[in-house]
Amino acid sequence: MGFATFAFYMFSTVAVISGFLVIFARNPVHSVLWLILAFFSAAGLFVLLGAEFVAMLMLIVYVGAVAVLFLFVVMMLDVDFAELKAGMAKYLPVGLLIGLVLLIQLGFAFGAWEVTDEMLSMRQAVTPAPEVTENTAALGMLIYTRYVFLFQVAGLILLVAMIGAIVLTLRHREGVKRQSVVSQMYRDPKEAVELLDIKPGQGA
Amino acid sequence: METGFFDTGLGIFVVILSQCMLVTVMVLVSLAFLMYADRKIWAAVQMRRGPNVVGPWGLLQSFADFLKYIVKEIVVPAGADKTVFFMAPMITFVLSMIVWAVMPWNEGWVISDLNVGILFIFAISSLEVYGVIMGGWASNSKYPFLGSLRSAAQMISYEVSIGLIIIGVLVSTGSLNLSDIVRAQDGDLGAFSWYWLPHLPMVFLFFISALAETNRPPFDLPEAESELVAGYQVEYSSTPFLLFMIGELMAVVFMCALMSILFFGGWLSPIPFLPDGLHWMVLKMGFFFFIFALVKAVVPRYRYDQLMRIGWKFFLPMSLAWVALVGLFAQYGWFWGAYQRWTVGG
Repeated sequence: MGFATFAFYMFSTVAVISGFLVIFARNPVHSVLWLILAFFSAAGLFVLLGAEFVAMLMLIVYVGAVAVLFLFVVMMLDVDFAELKAGMAKYLPVGLLIGLVLLIQLGFAFGAWEVTDEMLSMRQAVTPAPEVTENTAALGMLIYTRYVFLFQVAGLILLVAMIGAIVLTLRHREGVKRQSVVSQMYRDPKEAVELLDIKPGQGA
Repeated sequence: METGFFDTGLGIFVVILSQCMLVTVMVLVSLAFLMYADRKIWAAVQMRRGPNVVGPWGLLQSFADFLKYIVKEIVVPAGADKTVFFMAPMITFVLSMIVWAVMPWNEGWVISDLNVGILFIFAISSLEVYGVIMGGWASNSKYPFLGSLRSAAQMISYEVSIGLIIIGVLVSTGSLNLSDIVRAQDGDLGAFSWYWLPHLPMVFLFFISALAETNRPPFDLPEAESELVAGYQVEYSSTPFLLFMIGELMAVVFMCALMSILFFGGWLSPIPFLPDGLHWMVLKMGFFFFIFALVKAVVPRYRYDQLMRIGWKFFLPMSLAWVALVGLFAQYGWFWGAYQRWTVGG
């Protein structure tokens, strides 16, 4: 068994175990911490595949941003998690069913990806050989030249989602005092401060 | 080529391990003196003497402090989540050590010459926020929790602008490799062919963002002692506190190193006929550390809303516009190709 195989089994075991612990941890903050460990192991698996760019993105986007958001929400929410956990037995069959459907779909997708000849030709058409260009450059070429319109459309969809979320949650409340930075900066000390020369025993 | 012991798997492992040990020990030892320098500079600005008792001129002060931290009792708050409580300082410390793996000290002097080196640094520095959040949460106390929330929001906000500033440099270089970024700055003009000249506005933005990212004054709001006692570190004592402190200072030193790599030519010599080398890198890092220490002494602390305003309403649009501009300059090779140095990278 080579070192790469050993590393693969280590990362995948950690990923699976921490994935289970996300569900079974009693404390929701611990769940998020286990989730972070699962993301980490996934990044390790990407590195083993030779997809170092995707691995780094995984760390930056999922661990560095998404999981921080989760952690914030879970820490700030005042939810009785024991009560939520009580319904576990009721929802377990539905959850298992959804998991099964996802597994079958993934199986179909990767099965076709691996064995079908036309898929093989499609794959070779788009990806340059790893010896010619490095990972990051190859991805950049693909996204920004061949699939540039699809990429831009994906960006626009995300923009719409972002604006939608802002519009849905934005409230203008009446009577809120706001700071005006410009008027703060243009305040004149001559008008704001008054110097008084107070004689002893007299007061202002 | 003859294959010796150092070409076998075990040999390579031994070599890399000893390189890691070397960098770790050097960085930790120099950190002790940098901590002393930090306090001395601070004292000098305020016309105090600073540490001057332990050793000649107080040089051994940090080692005395180290001993004191080690032998003190570790106090754990009653309601604390023990595992997370002790994991937090370790995460801060370990992550601040890991980033040095991709830092090139000289031509070829780098433990791991990653093609995605700068992304690695960015990923690790975006993880550093976890030490702070976990420490604040696990203490199960009000001030640490408030401090950690503030700190997390602050670090995330300024990471965005740091990322965009770095993208400007990357677009000019055409590579994510740190050594390539330095090589792209090698020119006939010495100091004037480095990136600080074409990317001048971003040098200042990067420096200020680095101050905010590492929670240094004037942006030390997470540990604003007048409001929050000491922020997320309130409940920490002894060795865990030491780990937090080392991790924080290490992040500062790393930002100094990153600044010299990105904008000031790393190991390159500022005068064309002088040889390049490690000493230039160390000198530049020392210079930036001096400025970090000076800023701590001379600038008053910002208010939290002011910090968020300059982060999101000033730095973010500026750096985003700069990325677009650099893209334009690089594509058409304007300004004598100062923004287009793609010959080095892949």
